[in-house]
Parts: sequence; structure tokens; C-alpha cells
Amino acid sequence: MIQIFIHLLVLLIFPPLLPGVVNKTKALFAGRTGAPFFQLYYDIFKLMKKGMVISSTTTWVFTVAPVITLSCVLIAGLIIPIGNAPSCIFFTGDFLVFTYLFGLARFFTTAAALDTGSAFEGMGSSREVTFASLIEPALFFAFIVLVKLTGSLNLSGMVKAGSAIQYHTGSIASLVMIILGLYILFLAENSRIPVDDPNTHLELTMIHEVMVLDHSGPLLGIIEYASAMKFFVIGSILINIVISIFSITGWINYIVFIAGMLILSFVVGVTESIMARLKMSRVPSLLISSILLCGSSFIILLR
Amino acid sequence: MAAINHTFTPINNTSAIPLEKIPVLAVDDFMQSILKSVQKSHRISSYFGVATDKIDTTLLYVILSDDDENRLFVGRTEITGGSFPSLTALCPQIHLFEREIAEQFGLQPIGHPWLKPVRYTRNKTSPVEPAVGDFYRIDGDQIHEVAVGPVHAGIIEPGHFRFQCNGEKVLHLEIALGFQHRGIEEALIGGPDKKTIHYMETAAGDTTIGHTTTYCQIIEALSHTKKTARAQVLSGIALELERLANHIGDLGALSGDVGFLPTASFCGRIRGDFLNCTGLLCGNRFGRGFIKPSGLGSDIDSTTVDTLLKKIIVLTKETKDAISLLWSNQSVMARFEDTGLLTGQQAIELGVVGVAARASGLSRDARLNHPSGVFRFFQMHTCTVDSGDVFARAYIRWLEIEQSIDFIIKQLTSLPDGSVTPSSNDLDKNCLSVAINEGWRGEICHVAITGENGQFVRYKIVDPSFHNWYALAEAVKNQEISDFPLCNKSFNLSYCGHDL
Repeated sequence: MIQIFIHLLVLLIFPPLLPGVVNKTKALFAGRTGAPFFQLYYDIFKLMKKGMVISSTTTWVFTVAPVITLSCVLIAGLIIPIGNAPSCIFFTGDFLVFTYLFGLARFFTTAAALDTGSAFEGMGSSREVTFASLIEPALFFAFIVLVKLTGSLNLSGMVKAGSAIQYHTGSIASLVMIILGLYILFLAENSRIPVDDPNTHLELTMIHEVMVLDHSGPLLGIIEYASAMKFFVIGSILINIVISIFSITGWINYIVFIAGMLILSFVVGVTESIMARLKMSRVPSLLISSILLCGSSFIILLR
Repeated sequence: MAAINHTFTPINNTSAIPLEKIPVLAVDDFMQSILKSVQKSHRISSYFGVATDKIDTTLLYVILSDDDENRLFVGRTEITGGSFPSLTALCPQIHLFEREIAEQFGLQPIGHPWLKPVRYTRNKTSPVEPAVGDFYRIDGDQIHEVAVGPVHAGIIEPGHFRFQCNGEKVLHLEIALGFQHRGIEEALIGGPDKKTIHYMETAAGDTTIGHTTTYCQIIEALSHTKKTARAQVLSGIALELERLANHIGDLGALSGDVGFLPTASFCGRIRGDFLNCTGLLCGNRFGRGFIKPSGLGSDIDSTTVDTLLKKIIVLTKETKDAISLLWSNQSVMARFEDTGLLTGQQAIELGVVGVAARASGLSRDARLNHPSGVFRFFQMHTCTVDSGDVFARAYIRWLEIEQSIDFIIKQLTSLPDGSVTPSSNDLDKNCLSVAINEGWRGEICHVAITGENGQFVRYKIVDPSFHNWYALAEAVKNQEISDFPLCNKSFNLSYCGHDL
């Protein structure tokens, strides 16, 4: 019971800190002081108090989409395990639900973007779904590898701490490959450099940001919150796999998990600082490399 | 071919000639001579109308630059009736000038392929409105149209961009400007007066020194005065400081557009430091109030010279460190290379000037081709790169930054003595004067025509942006639409300098 309580607490409160860490790291590299770690909390709080401007061309989809997105990400957040406990909800095949919850969220985000009738948002939607179709196979290959390794068909079993000890020798190579593949996927899903640039003001170059251009006030606040939570949820899969290589038990697991998430944010910040964004036409190559990494790790496992 | 030199009158940069020495050619001769000159790789620096006393008569003047031989030519013709022959189909670089004449004088350029307003639309019932008209459209199920602006994200000036795209690929871009039109040229007629120099300082706010220097050279030529050696050197230093601040700012912005943060942040700060150097030199970070006809607004003492030198030497190292990060980062180079191609041939046909021309391999630099002021004594070399892409336009800036720093340090260490106090004199009557300078963006061309009482009857400003905007539209064709902001930044053209 206490573990469920901690799970909810971490899931609801912790995520907005992570983009703060990313931005602080980037500021450090650029020789700036940067915004405070807790900036996103302030931003969300500020947005929640504001009014909204809603275009008269939009329908109910536009207003509902951010709420659905947040709900999807929240439910997905209940499926992932945090610390030493299994997740709040787990059942056979829950990783399929996990994946398609993001699919549902994406459907509504793009539908809301198309609802505005803006040329920018149309372009953003087109990019988002194109790239998503390349991300999904990578995620499934990664899950298949985990299923094959652990024999479990739910996420809690698939990414359990210390489980890697029991794997046969050679499976670490597979794990490292899916970690790399999932890192690329993680950057793409969270619209980070080199796939997207969350800080740009150039509408023509945006992917995710451009789809929410017309949202304002509380709706934008919900979107920001959901984005931070998505960063946390997808990142936690990655961190859980890394943790599974080490044999850690008990409450210390929570500390390792939180530290892992902070380190992941730092690594994202470093990645964003040392490289430029890819040309849009090169992004699919990067995403396909993620499919190849996860796909070949499965092949290695079968040998 | 030798006939050309007889039809158009040679004129030196920053000089004046009496109007009666410029023969009024027959319209056909005038047009044929322009075509022949352009075939001989002359360039149209300016082409404009001048109203006359008679309602149905307009004079057209052309200023041609022969960059290879370092000469300028002026020609004129008289148009009676409501139309004149268009040369655009044979000489694309003239297209915007013809549209401008059509807009300002109501003359119809016969045979112009794409006649629409340049800056404003004016009809009897409505007030002056921006030049948004019909846009070129491509039909088809697969084609979508993207309209950007006039209000943009960020703090840039207003301008409207209309893309015809197939997926991510840009098939056509049309740029509609005029939102910044303030009527500067109209306001200058009857001048110069106390307001004139302030119009010049803000013709394009980021090119204050460039435009003001050019204007002052016009006044100096018309009034037979000149700057002392010290004043010339100091205004040359100011011009190069302006170039440094803008080039460094541009490289930072290019870096920011591809999401490469370190150079973006450092260059943003260093740009400010170079603006502060201008501030140290004359009291204003953009150099307003510094350049005056035949003198300067203020002088600089030896302690300030030392401070300035020390600052610049520190900044030189910081600039080098920040910018060399760009060239050594592969992900940045992958974005810059082969993006926004403008071939040398296109650049010649479109009459592109400045950084963009040099990045397409053309040796066009007024500091060398048509030197004035201190540049007649200190030879700058023209930096060119052949590739014509974003990388070339970025790298040219870096080469010029190095050269400008070198120039400033040399000039500051051997500053001539003398007074910088402006003097004034009456302007010559019935004269035409041309001044050309290399602003940081490219060639700035001013032409003044004085009337019976020595006042301006026409003052024509051509900002480099006027030549180059169309080149941007060409450079993004068949590129990805997501690369447009990067291409745009690599040209970094002025809206207000175009709109005037």
C-alpha cells in the first residue's frame, strides 16, 4: 500500500523537475546561469491561473485532446514499475496497452492540431505521425527482447531490478543495444535534439511544439505537464532496464531510480549541448537505426 | 561594344556631375544599352524614376557598376505616356526596380512577367496598405500552401512568406514586404535639412553607419568638402565594427537555428561586446550621431583608443574560440552544407550583392571594387567561397570577421592626427551624385539629384536587401521547408532597409 502511495507521489510530483535539469545542464554548457530547476512547476502553475483563447474554427476535439493525452500518460505511468515494487496495475500483455496508450494520446494531439486548420499544425502532425510509425517497431523489438529474456509478459516482470543476473551470458550485449535504441526513441518521443528542438521559436522547423501552438492557458499547462510526465514515463523504462543489470534490492531501489532519472536528464542536456539538430529528412535514418539496434539485439538473443 | 561607354556617362564613386552632362537617351537606346552593359557583366546598382514638371513625363535614371574595371556609369531617358518597356525577361536583376517604378510613378512596364506592388498598394478610397496582392499558386491535390507572417514568432520585423509545398519540399516561395514602409524617400525630397541624417541613421537600423556614411559622402561630393584623414579612418573603423557585431550575431543566430547552443550563446554576448565597442568609440552602440557630412560627431582620445584596443584583443580570442566550435562540429556542418544553394550563375542573373554574392563565388565587394574613404588607402581583400550554400554564407562571415578585426587593430594603432569637426557648404545645383559603400550586408547605393536651389529633388536609397530578397526565394526552392529559417538567417536581409 505504501509503495503504491510512493509510486503515485513520484509520478505526480517528480516529472516537471526533469526538464529543469535538462535546461540547467544546457545553460551550464552555454555559459549561462539558466532558469531555476523548478521553473516548469512555476510555469504550469502560472498557466493554470490564466484564461484561454480558443479559435472559433475548432471543435470539442481541440479542448479534450490535452486532457486525454494527460490521462493516457498517467495510466501508462501506473503500468511502469518504480523502485522495488511492481507497478500499480499489471497484467499479462500490459506492455501492449502501454504502447498504445501513447498511440491514443498521439492520435488526439494530432487530431486537435488538424482541428485548428493551421498550415503549421498540419505540417507538425504529418511529421509526428511519420516519425511515430518508425518509433513503434523499435519499442516492440525492445519489449520482445525483454520478454524473451525474462519470460514475463508484463512490464513489472520485464524490467525488474536485478533480474539480469539470471540471464545467460551474452544477453548483456542485447541489453546494451536496446538501451541505445531506446535512448534514441526516448529523444524522439520527447521531441528533444537531434530530432526536434523544444526551444526553437521557428514554427516551420517544429514537430511537437507546432502542434500545440494554438493551445493556451490551462490547456497548455496540461500539455506541459503531460510532456514532462511522458519524459518521466518513457525514461523510467530506460532506467529500469539499466537498473536491472545491477542487483539492487529493498528501499535503496527508489533512491537509485530517482538518481537514474536525474542522470538521464543530465545526459539529455549534454546531448542537446554538444550537437545540432538533424536535418528533417535525416531524422528517419536515426529512427531506423533505433529499429535496427533493437531488432538486431533480438536476433543476437536468438542465435 | 565600345559604344556603351559613349552612351552611358562614366561617374566616379562619391562624386557629383552636373545633370546637363548626362545625355537624355532615346528610350530604345537606353534599354538596349542597359542590356548590353549587363551582358558585359555590369551590374544594375540603382534604377529609378524622377518626376518632372510635366505631368506625363518621367525621367528614368540607371546606375551601372562595372566591378571588374572599378567604374560606375549613369544613364537617363525620358518616358512620356504611361508605359516603358520592361527588361525583366532578359535581365532578371531589374525586375524589382521596374515594379518599384511602376508603383511609385504609375508607369506600366510593358512585358513585365510578374507585375505587382513592391511595398504598398494605394487606391483612391483606402489608405496606403502593404503590398500583399495575388500570389503565385501551384494547383494539385498534393500541394499545400503555407503562409508565414507578417507577424512572426520572436522579435523580427514583419514580412509575409507564401510557400507552395509538396510535402516537406518547397516548390515555390513568394515574399511580400512593405509592412515597414515609412516613406523615407518621399520625406527626403526638399532636403537636406536637420531631419535628413536621422532618416539615414534609421533607414536600416542595423546598418546605421553604412547608410549614414554613404549619405555623408553624397553631401560631401555635392558641397565640395571632405572628411580629414582622421575622420575617414574613424568612420572606416565604425563601419567595420558594425560589420563585426552583425556578422558575429548572425553566426550565433545560425547556430541557434540548428539548435547548437554553445556558439549561439557566446556569439550573442560577443555581439553585444562589439556593439559596446562602437559605444565606446562614439557614445552610441549603433553609431547614431557619429558620422556627419565632412566630419564626425565626436573624436576619440588616446586613452579610449587604448581601452578599445585592449577590449578588441580580448574579444578576438573569444570570438575565435566560439566560432571555431561551429566548423569542428559535424552535426552543425551537416546542416550547413548543401542547404539553400544559390549558384554563381543565379547570383549573377539576380544581381546579388554582399555576403550572399561572395558566398556564390562572385568577387563583389565595394570596399575593393569601388573604394571610398579609408578603403582607398587600405586595401581589403575580397573573401569568396564557391559552394553557395548556408555554409558558404556562414564561412564568408567568419573570414570577414578576421579581416575586419585585423583592419581595426591596424588603424587604431596608427591613427592620423587632425580635426574631425564637420564643416558645411552649399550644395551644387542641378547635379547628380552617387555613393556606393560595402555595408555589412552588401552594397549600399545612394543617388541624389539636386534641383535649382541645391535641394534634393530625388534621393534614391538602395539597400543590399533590395537586390537579395529574391535570391532567398530562389535558394529555398526544392529545399525542405524546415530549412527555410536557416536559409533566411544565412541571408539575414533587412525588412526596413527594403521597405524604406
